[in-house]
Amino acid sequence: MTMRGIVFLASIVLGGTAGDLCVSRAMKHIGEVKNFTPRHLLRVLLRAFRVGWMWLGLALMTVAFFSLLAILSWENVSFVVPATALNYAVGALGARFLLGERVSAKRWGGVLLVCCGVALVWYG
Amino acid sequence: MKTPHGLRGKTGVLILVMVVFGPLGDVLLGKGMKPIGAITSWSPTAFAHLFTRAFSSALIWCGIGSLLLFLLAHLLVLSWADYSFVQPASATSYLVVALLGVLWLGEAVTAMRWTGVLTICLGVVLVGGTPPRTTAQG
Repeated sequence: MTMRGIVFLASIVLGGTAGDLCVSRAMKHIGEVKNFTPRHLLRVLLRAFRVGWMWLGLALMTVAFFSLLAILSWENVSFVVPATALNYAVGALGARFLLGERVSAKRWGGVLLVCCGVALVWYG
Repeated sequence: MKTPHGLRGKTGVLILVMVVFGPLGDVLLGKGMKPIGAITSWSPTAFAHLFTRAFSSALIWCGIGSLLLFLLAHLLVLSWADYSFVQPASATSYLVVALLGVLWLGEAVTAMRWTGVLTICLGVVLVGGTPPRTTAQG
């Protein structure tokens, strides 16, 4: 794999996961949603889009999306998509160290099984 | 940490919405774009024509609606549940994709792909056995 491929793959995995983590942080800032009426949900969304983390998250997800489109122009889908299964492992690491979530051994086991499963699905 | 029954219940409902409407939206967009055909010209006129045709398709609008529901459920569940819980649990969508592929699109799913789906489901069962929230709110 070329250096260009490594850079774009890292951008997909790290950008996509970091984007998700930022969105998660923004939603935690809003607090637990307990009222699910359309009016209340609209208010929650408007509040969420006033949090800087939300915009940073969306920007990082956009970078990851365009990196995916770019890498697919020269690498095979059968290579790229299984590689993005790394998202699950990186996501759990980010949640542990950046969001302070307690990732138990059982949850780690589940995350690793999901990673292996996603890779198998795409190779299949 | 003991998880309130209500918290686990609403987390499960929203993850179910995500795993159903995410793949459904993708499939609907795919089905809606197929009759339009491959993009052969990159001129602004060709793009305008493509967008007009795409947005006059009911399937495309249903796909967009499904993906908006997915996004809403994703944002809401993250307002209380751990990201390290939601992300792997939502991988159940691979099972929904395989089922939609077989039952609706008539695709063949290989034994290796089913093995992968089963492995994902086992992983989701393990993650589902952990509390959805491990951090304090605020």
